[in-house]
Amino acid sequence: MLPPDEPLAEIACTVNGRRVAGRAPLRQTLVEWLRTELGLTGSHVGCAHGVCGACHIRLDGAVVRGCLVLAVQADGSAVETIEAATGPEVAALREAFVAHAGLQCGFCTPGMILQAAELLQREPSPSREAIRDHLSGNYCRCTGYHQIVDAVASAAAALQSGGVEGA
Amino acid sequence: MTASAIGRAMPRPEARRLVAGGGRYLDDHAERGELQACFLRSPLPHARFALDVAAAKTLPGVEAVLTASDLAAVCRPWRTESRSFPGLVSPRQAPLAEGRATWQGEPVAMVLAATRAIAEDAAEAILAEWEELPAVTAPEAALVPGAPPVHPGSETNRAWGATIGGGDPDAAFAAAALVVEERLVFTRHTGVPLEPRGALATWEPGTGALTVRLSHQMPHQMRLHLAEQLGLPVNRVRVICSDVGGGFGIKMHVYQDEMAVAAAARLLGRPVRWVSDRMEALLADIHAREHVVTARMAVDAEGRILGFDLHDLQGLGAYSVYPRSSTVEAISVVRSIGAPYRFAHGRARVDSVLQNKVATGQYRAVGAPVGCAVTERLVDKAARARGEDPLAFRARNLLRTAEMPWVNPFGAAQHGMDHHAVLETAKALIDLPALQAEIEAGRAAGRLLGLGLAFTVEYTASGPAVYGAGHVAVAATDTVVATLEPTGEISAQASITEIGQGITQGLAQVLADAVGVAPEAVRVGAGDTQAAPHGGGAWASRGAAIGGEAAWGAGRALRAQLLEAAGALLQAAPDSLDIREGVVTDAAGAARMTLAELGTLMLFRGHEMPKGVTPGLSATFHYRREQDVTLANNGLQAALVEIDGETGLVRVLRHWMVGDCGRVLNPLLVDGQYRGGVAQGIGEALLEACRYDAESGQFLSGTLADYLLPMATDIPDIALAHVEVPYAGSAVGAKGAGESGTCGAPAAILNAVNDALLAAGGGVVTELPIHPVAVLRALGRLA
Ligand code: FES
Ligand code: FES
Repeated sequence: MLPPDEPLAEIACTVNGRRVAGRAPLRQTLVEWLRTELGLTGSHVGCAHGVCGACHIRLDGAVVRGCLVLAVQADGSAVETIEAATGPEVAALREAFVAHAGLQCGFCTPGMILQAAELLQREPSPSREAIRDHLSGNYCRCTGYHQIVDAVASAAAALQSGGVEGA
Repeated sequence: MTASAIGRAMPRPEARRLVAGGGRYLDDHAERGELQACFLRSPLPHARFALDVAAAKTLPGVEAVLTASDLAAVCRPWRTESRSFPGLVSPRQAPLAEGRATWQGEPVAMVLAATRAIAEDAAEAILAEWEELPAVTAPEAALVPGAPPVHPGSETNRAWGATIGGGDPDAAFAAAALVVEERLVFTRHTGVPLEPRGALATWEPGTGALTVRLSHQMPHQMRLHLAEQLGLPVNRVRVICSDVGGGFGIKMHVYQDEMAVAAAARLLGRPVRWVSDRMEALLADIHAREHVVTARMAVDAEGRILGFDLHDLQGLGAYSVYPRSSTVEAISVVRSIGAPYRFAHGRARVDSVLQNKVATGQYRAVGAPVGCAVTERLVDKAARARGEDPLAFRARNLLRTAEMPWVNPFGAAQHGMDHHAVLETAKALIDLPALQAEIEAGRAAGRLLGLGLAFTVEYTASGPAVYGAGHVAVAATDTVVATLEPTGEISAQASITEIGQGITQGLAQVLADAVGVAPEAVRVGAGDTQAAPHGGGAWASRGAAIGGEAAWGAGRALRAQLLEAAGALLQAAPDSLDIREGVVTDAAGAARMTLAELGTLMLFRGHEMPKGVTPGLSATFHYRREQDVTLANNGLQAALVEIDGETGLVRVLRHWMVGDCGRVLNPLLVDGQYRGGVAQGIGEALLEACRYDAESGQFLSGTLADYLLPMATDIPDIALAHVEVPYAGSAVGAKGAGESGTCGAPAAILNAVNDALLAAGGGVVTELPIHPVAVLRALGRLA
């Protein structure tokens, strides 16, 4: 339970398509609020200082680092997390990450998928180099990246050939 | 015959949960009524301190502020001891330092509060008086006469030392036609699993049962330590490791902070949660591989290696890590020296020294990357001194399969390995002539290109003697319990643990073949001491080699039980029956009954079973390898690098690895292990360093902006090829795969950079990670 002197802010926003309203400590980050208040634990905290990308979420459609945004800043916004991330790119990436073992421990994976989806929305057939560039703000300690690049390239190819159902 | 599941490149079903955001890591669990913990840690490398916690305690939302004496009431101290390291100096440790901190980051007080933020506020409100004491951080400084003692009262900072070897090195060096020598410096680095460590402990009133969720590689081991330190019956302690976001050896030790969480839960009777933040993790997770190695190699007139003579100065930190002892890393360095090659004489002197820094411990590949880099640097230097192609020099000295079993002067054993098959496979993979031409053309155009090679041998899947001989309570035997469900599926529990490497999938494939079912019908669970049998967990790349044997044994035992039951029902001799794709068949393959029918009969309609038929639905197999202390794997790595002559930055353009880990359970998983390991090795070679200020001893690498991890743009595509020489001493034949990528990459990069530097008429670099300034100096472009 919070002590009476903890400054709180009112938040009303849309999370994964549902309207939610609540309060959060003023100093709480958005990713922490999503994880603790809403139980959306798919976004992870790998560093809490804006470097690793494990906390990526969509805020009004843009991929942002959830550890660098305060919960109160989401007031009035639409938030989307990996649990409900939609779009054909995400669907194709999920399949491809599994097929190519583009993940091991999976801690980086939600952030990776959201970041890669952003690329595929913009650039349907990215080169391996362009994939690496676009993912360079998302750390993966397990895979060595090669199979992540394989997965993103193969998701792009699947989308191009129309082989993926939109989610 | 149905296709074997072992060896199939199957995606992991568990991965579907992870890509959906359904991973359940430590911080994704909560207990009602939990308190959030945070630690006050020493800001100085060495200090006496006095704490006044009165003001901190009164802050709103703060439940308790605990210091060493509070936790001493419920938690005993521990001390690292091993008969393998007689005389080891490593004092007792308690969850919180008492009166004196011996490393920067050591926890000295613990705050429990409603939120982590409040706990951090309160930690800042603790009035601490620090009296700075002289500190030792550089390993060379630790042994200088008059060096301040890391632990007052001890006569020396030398925690342990030994001379290891065999043959007659003095005679070999006296007779040598060529002696090459190098001093290589390895800076500490750390594992940085993306999920930090942490603990969530719950104390059950009345019964005194303790449940601790950890992000750890060995739940059973931690259960024993928790019980011992907290004075609880072992069977009242439960440790649960759910999804673990990477381990790499960081999560296999006893840490003060994790123990403090369990002790606080017991003391306060409330659930307590603490998850390390990244800055704490960089400061207080074990570091690894701080070595200064001075080594020389003797070569005869025909270019044959005669022997090695070296001194390894290893930085341990303030304590030898509990329970395994940090000194294991130095032994691992020595075992790796010259390992792929034939030599008859060796001497290694080891000095493991205490420092006012966090302990070093067993990080992925332990000492092997150091031993490999030393060896391969000397080999390159010798080839160059002889004016010889470095691959030709290596090929001459590589051990041949016919020479095995081979035990080298450092006591390292190899059996049945084919280094020459690795070499031939690598030649085909790399296409050396084309690559050489490319390098020549590039150099002619002014590019600073270099190619580096490294043969690797890594000792994996340690057997019971490795820690058992030291009387250290580390299990090297493992168990699998396999159960037929009444629906025909197989469920199993393994003592091997899943930390993202995918081993539960590998074991499912082994069980599928052992029983005779489709791999999709098998699920293997691990990580909860209440469900999983005793065993070692995840260390020393043992999942396939040891866990795979346990899975095979359990699967075969279950199959035998099921055939006995089916035989009784079908009035057929069990050995005239078979199980294929989940169906009991006769020898000709005709279906007699499904496993679902059999399981249903055995479980729900036991009255229909013939009298006297006893087999049950579960079978257990405990695997203990009796021969071969470790299983060596081998490989070759090659790296093509380019130096930016303006900045000194090194870029890895291409990287190749050929590995032999014996029988491959699942190539998709092994490829991932190899590549992930290589990337960590590239980080070690070029980026990663835990740096301390030379004057103040202050830690300088406390954020991910200071501690550089390889990003997607730092790592090239990594081309792989496999040689598969199964280990002949086991049923499945797997050897370890998880660490060999890390073992060879630093050496390959070091050699590649030096190849580029020497081709440009420069000097060499001898320190890892390779700093751009050192590169520019070697090029003569910086004073
Ligand atoms: S947790 Fe936000 S970038 Fe690392
Ligand atoms: S899969 Fe573990 S960090 Fe990427």
